[in-house]
Amino acid sequence: MDQVIFNSAASGIVLSLLAFEIGTWIRKKWKLAILNPLLISILIVIGFLVCFRIDYESYNSSAKYISYFLTPATVSLAIPLYQQIELLKKNLAAILVGILSGVLTSLFSILAMCTFFGMNHAQYVTLLPKSITTAIGMGVAEELGGYVTIAVAVIIITGVLGNVIAEAVCKWFCIRHPIAKGLALGTSAHAIGTAKAMEMGEVEGAMSSLAIVVSGLCTVVCASVFANFL
Amino acid sequence: MGEILKYLLPLPIPGSIYGLGLMLLFLSLKVIKIESVREVGEFLIEIMPVMFIPAGVGLITAWGKLKTMLVPVGIITVVTTFLVLIVTGKVTEMMLKQKEKKQTEKMQTGEKEEQDGSGDL
Repeated sequence: MDQVIFNSAASGIVLSLLAFEIGTWIRKKWKLAILNPLLISILIVIGFLVCFRIDYESYNSSAKYISYFLTPATVSLAIPLYQQIELLKKNLAAILVGILSGVLTSLFSILAMCTFFGMNHAQYVTLLPKSITTAIGMGVAEELGGYVTIAVAVIIITGVLGNVIAEAVCKWFCIRHPIAKGLALGTSAHAIGTAKAMEMGEVEGAMSSLAIVVSGLCTVVCASVFANFL
Repeated sequence: MGEILKYLLPLPIPGSIYGLGLMLLFLSLKVIKIESVREVGEFLIEIMPVMFIPAGVGLITAWGKLKTMLVPVGIITVVTTFLVLIVTGKVTEMMLKQKEKKQTEKMQTGEKEEQDGSGDL
């Protein structure tokens, strides 16, 4: 069965796009934050693969071409950033302190909870880079001696979670300033959060892209220090 | 645009972040004109969520290892994501408000030659 379906090189792509279409449609119909199109499409595709006993490799042999676009898309994040550069310069101190506070919160809370749950060093350093973009996070986990596959999984779960909860959290905690919203999303949920920030507005998106870069670099430095704590 | 991207693509990991920095630099130096990349760039950013689907589906391959530590990892993930969102947002907002306050005070005490851009938004 999966031979027939997955003989065509495009099938993984078609499946992903179709799932996303369904996700967007469901979102439009019910307008609930939890009905996030990305989350829905991931679940649909997983469900499909499990139902038809298709292994991930054969799905990804074609779907990987979608992932290839991530590099140019990430590079494109420079465009909104460039358009907002004046805003960035004017609020530089607030932006840097905001991002750094987020990075330290992430590392401290991971340290505290890993101690609480009695996790070992390898598990701890796997979780440390969970809020930063996959490309950098994988490198951090590997260098510190963590499990790279789990690190990637946790990074993606974090991103999707941030993407889903951001609007509600900003509302509950009265975070209204577009700069603050964007930075919060980029620092906590990297590129997947930035996708959400882009939907919120141009300033949010630009700040979120900036936060990916700055928090990524901060985490590289700080995580190697934090790795010694457990 | 395509040529530029091709030139940026072969950079090593984290190549994309490297590329973002380079692109910003080129745009600032006007080596690349914003008009020539805006349309493609905005399209790519718009369809970005779709690009995370394969990675998300890849979770099933890590499931075996993740299963053994699912509960603590789940709790840690949820709690930190919430905390980081709140702390970053709140700290930034506090800093911005403080700055706006200072600027209005400055203006009130008559130092109007400072730029009057108190709170651009």
